[in-house]
Amino acid sequence: MNIIEVVNLSKNFKTKKGFITAVKDVSFNVKRGELFGFLGPNGAGKTTTINILCTLLAPTSGRAALNSYDIVSNPNEVRQSIGLVFQDPSLDERLTARENLEFHAMLYNVPKSLRNDRIKYVLKMVELYERKDDMVNTFSGGMKRRLEIARGLLHYPKVLFLDEPTLGLDPQTRSHIWEYIHQLRKKEDITIFLTTHYMAEAENCDRVAIIDYGEIIAIDSPDNLKKQIGGDVVSLVAEEKAMAKKTIEKEYSVSVMEDDGKLYFEVKEGETFLPKFIKKADFKILSISLRRPTLEDVFLKLTGRHIREEAAEADTALKIHARRLRK
Amino acid sequence: MGPDEMNRNLMGIYTIWLRDVRRFWRDKPRIIGATIQPALFLFLLGTGLGKGIIGAFGKDLQGDYLSFIYPGIIGMSILFTSIFSAISIIWDREIGFLKEVMVAPISRWAVAVGKAFGGSTVSVFQGCLMLIFAPFVNVHINLIMVATLIPLIFLIAFSITSLGIVAAARMRSMQGFQVIMNFLVLPMFFLSGAMFPITNLPKWMDIFIAINPLTYGVDALRGVILGMNNYPIIMDVGLVAGFGIVMIAVAMVIFGKGE
Repeated sequence: MNIIEVVNLSKNFKTKKGFITAVKDVSFNVKRGELFGFLGPNGAGKTTTINILCTLLAPTSGRAALNSYDIVSNPNEVRQSIGLVFQDPSLDERLTARENLEFHAMLYNVPKSLRNDRIKYVLKMVELYERKDDMVNTFSGGMKRRLEIARGLLHYPKVLFLDEPTLGLDPQTRSHIWEYIHQLRKKEDITIFLTTHYMAEAENCDRVAIIDYGEIIAIDSPDNLKKQIGGDVVSLVAEEKAMAKKTIEKEYSVSVMEDDGKLYFEVKEGETFLPKFIKKADFKILSISLRRPTLEDVFLKLTGRHIREEAAEADTALKIHARRLRK
Repeated sequence: MGPDEMNRNLMGIYTIWLRDVRRFWRDKPRIIGATIQPALFLFLLGTGLGKGIIGAFGKDLQGDYLSFIYPGIIGMSILFTSIFSAISIIWDREIGFLKEVMVAPISRWAVAVGKAFGGSTVSVFQGCLMLIFAPFVNVHINLIMVATLIPLIFLIAFSITSLGIVAAARMRSMQGFQVIMNFLVLPMFFLSGAMFPITNLPKWMDIFIAINPLTYGVDALRGVILGMNNYPIIMDVGLVAGFGIVMIAVAMVIFGKGE
């Protein structure tokens, strides 16, 4: 059963220079109970799509239904069905954690008899119960995000939207947030729709839609997406890039991609390929590395670009430095 | 609109009202500040103008100037408190909290109404707090007066808060606050008859005074407190209420259109 159905959705924004199409004819479905991810660079249209689905923005054309309610004609029913954690904080910092939740529970019509128990339950879940009577402005960034997740769950939503849930958080807090998300899936009958530009986070999803310039360019499970890549990924820096590229392409009949000064290509059984390759290379290799394909490679293959520098950092960690390697 | 939806909206209005009142009550420095400021106008500017300037020209007004401006200063307190409450929408938008309200399953017009009631309630409290200064300006306040003043203050505050909501509805940053202060709040205060009688003024000023809703608010306050009014109080109340209804309707439409 599909909890979200999107058909030919588009959104144009009027600017001084004319129209900008933020979302271009997007269609997809999200199954009930799924952990669904939108992966793409900043400005790809992820947040715009979420804002349309949660009734904050009206679509220019196309239609979408959530929990079988149309987002345009039944906005209140849609809003009652969803929990939202925005990219930017949206708490009242001058109220306590409990007051923020109370406010939400009242707006979302959680019956008074259930309210206190429910608030206690969600606060315990994100381990903030002890801080319930503290002002939110005394909370750290991670605590605020946890409180927002708790708030998003308060009214028993069918779908929880998490727009870049870990943006701006340190790695430790980030993995902490993910623990809650996984826990949540076990405990509640809920569909999670998240956007991210972190590859590693997208790997956690059941299905990922890769979105670029407002269009969905691929949609599948992370494993299936990575199967598009024909094996392992070799990335290298060579002194004479153009020459190296041409040689590799001719010699091994692979397509070599260039990005950020590095050359990338795919090979089968990389471990045995690499020593032979280095020995045989008649150009100067400054550094070389080998890894399993990631969603980043999928994105690179589909668009010819990296999503952003985070991925490059992860790459560095795995890199086998092969300086001064000569033929 | 079904009964269920109406109930939700009423609950939404109540929730938004409750938040504003709660935040106001918790913010003691704001309450003190909002009491001190009109007191400064009343006692420092009032005494200075009364004794220093008016005293030099005409002996007959001298002693009465403080009591004359006293209802005007209450009007000023209502004006500032109402506008500040309305302006908090810009702040809510800046800290992201407005989004939380806008995606709630209540009609968006209810957000404007909740905000208007919140600002009005806070203003009634702040306006009534001004009554403690009555003995210092030789004004006698009795219970009947207070019973009349509370709904009157509420009405004035509701109109002005609604105006403030309309002004703040589309503003994206606190920079807009200065614009509202200079082009709305201060002219409204100066041209309301709060500090000087509005008879015998130049023609161009008369026009602004006539279209200023606060003029009628101050006139009604002065009528109730001192028995000195230029227009019939029923007309004052009618004009303030009419203005308020138009403003809240506009605010509801703007909010209904979404962000």
